[in-house]
Amino acid sequence: MQHESEIREPLILGKKSYHEITEDIVRPIEGKASKYWYMLLTISIIAFLWGIGCLAYTIGTGIGVWGSNNGVDWAWDITNFVWWIGIGHAGTLISAVLLLFRQKWRMAINRAAEAMTIFAVMCAAIFVLLHTGRPWLDYWLFPLPNQFGSLWVNFNSPLMWDVFAVSTYFSVSLVFWYTGLVPDFAMIRDRAVKPMAKKIYGLLSFGWGGSARHWHRFEEVSLVLAGLSTPLVFSVHSIVSTDFATSVVPGWHTTIFPPYFVAGAVFSGFAMVLTLLLIVRKIYNLENYITIKHVEYMNIVIIVTGSIVGVAYLTELFISWYSGVEYEQYAFLNRATGPYWWAYAAMMTCNVISPQLFWFKKLRTNLTFTFIMSIIVNIGMWFERFVIIVPTLCRTFLPSTWNMYSPSFVDIGIYTGTIGMFFTFFLLFTRYFPVIAQAELKSIVKSSGQEHKEKHAAHGHAAHH
Amino acid sequence: MSKAVIHAIFDDEEPLMATAKSFHSKGIHIKDVFTPFPVHGLDAAIGVPRTRIAITAFIYGLTGASLATLMMWYMMISDWPTDVGGKPSFAYYMNVPAFIPITFESTVLCAAHGMVITYYLRCWMLPGVKAKNPDPRTTDDKFLMVIETKEENKANIESMLKSGGATEIHHK
Repeated sequence: MQHESEIREPLILGKKSYHEITEDIVRPIEGKASKYWYMLLTISIIAFLWGIGCLAYTIGTGIGVWGSNNGVDWAWDITNFVWWIGIGHAGTLISAVLLLFRQKWRMAINRAAEAMTIFAVMCAAIFVLLHTGRPWLDYWLFPLPNQFGSLWVNFNSPLMWDVFAVSTYFSVSLVFWYTGLVPDFAMIRDRAVKPMAKKIYGLLSFGWGGSARHWHRFEEVSLVLAGLSTPLVFSVHSIVSTDFATSVVPGWHTTIFPPYFVAGAVFSGFAMVLTLLLIVRKIYNLENYITIKHVEYMNIVIIVTGSIVGVAYLTELFISWYSGVEYEQYAFLNRATGPYWWAYAAMMTCNVISPQLFWFKKLRTNLTFTFIMSIIVNIGMWFERFVIIVPTLCRTFLPSTWNMYSPSFVDIGIYTGTIGMFFTFFLLFTRYFPVIAQAELKSIVKSSGQEHKEKHAAHGHAAHH
Repeated sequence: MSKAVIHAIFDDEEPLMATAKSFHSKGIHIKDVFTPFPVHGLDAAIGVPRTRIAITAFIYGLTGASLATLMMWYMMISDWPTDVGGKPSFAYYMNVPAFIPITFESTVLCAAHGMVITYYLRCWMLPGVKAKNPDPRTTDDKFLMVIETKEENKANIESMLKSGGATEIHHK
């Protein structure tokens, strides 16, 4: 048995037995859905359908229906792509990096965070597939000879790297998530009463039985997948940032981009995990598993990554001045004081100033405050990508191409639609899939459960006398 | 001489571990143990050899790296070298910095998927496979130990299991 210091707060409250954990995790699946779930699902589906309509309109008419124009040729599409893919990064960070660091608090949140990753990458993929203009020709992105003739794709291009990075990231995250789900599906299968549920969870669980040999391999597979996913997650957002950094546009051509993008991704991703889990723990009564301590740990990650992002913003400003390059200096002056100054101000307030409030323990353990902050951070991170793209492109080298950008209703519709899709999938996930990795969680009851902690503390106390 | 199969159920992992260790030291072979979660040290206690699945991942990774290298060399250098943006493709070593991201992604892709497919096949876990646990409670909160022994040792082993903390004993 692993020993854990008494100073660490318990990660599972309420003195749970193994069976009680099983009961608590399957309750949302076996029970009836609450009216909140139906309400949220209805809203999400409406947004999703509106998005599908706008998407169909874009495909049918062309991307001229967007607000993008000759000068600002990347706008909401790429902003939303980077925003979504960044959100996805927290899921992998929680399940892979925290596994390598043996952080046990990940066990209550990794399942939902990984689900979030998968759905967020799906949303990101929509934008990147759509912004090509003729999405029915998207298979050209793969290394097939052009027109099935003799030319090939250009592997020197970061856009090509992106194709490989995002597809690898999506598929590896999916198998990592699924491999962890199999033992939990088996648990649902073994207690299912309805024949249909037994059949479906039987198929999903692949015949898992929990043999010692299989657990042994399971743990090795999880560890190696974590080891592979860790550099993968850093590579994905680094590659996304090279879409900008390898160009010659002032304000984009900077070597700080890869680490700055990765920190920003983790920052926004943790905020989204908090938004989702604060709702989940409330409507499914999982307060004993996703405790205030878990929320506090996540808020600490938000302070750290938010501060890295803040330092990156200031470094960018300093270097643009220090470089002595007037185009570079103008790019940043334009971001801060140009026509889109309000976007820059929103970004600075939401991403740099507001997370610093989490230095106060009272605030970072306050759930309402955390929920509001999680949304503020995501708004801020959306503005960060908007600031990088739109104000830069509306004031490039040639003043005759300078123009303004404003989104059309289609831009807003597709973005709203992906948010709807994300929440639709997430709500269905919470209803039919085990939201917490219960098998993993049971393995820490004897080291981090409340009952064990109290017993151990009492024992330790007695031994002193 | 007939064989006897004993299924012993434990309610907790501590008595299970103690029994497994004492049986292993006495040379009594434990065929398998079914548990609701990974019990650390149990695999070693019943003599499960260390899995070689990480080695397969390494080999799949090498395969992925080689395939990506071969693909990019063929498409960019050998078959139809192009000069995009004043960056000609004369030789592989000249272009290789631009090829590193995709080589890395391909390594990870092949290592991860190859290993996971191997894992599912090696454990024979596929959609439609019958549940492998003999008792459905082992995915909830029970621990089941399977022992195969000779008929004459049965009574002895059973009494050891009972004193070790087994709460139920079944014969198969």
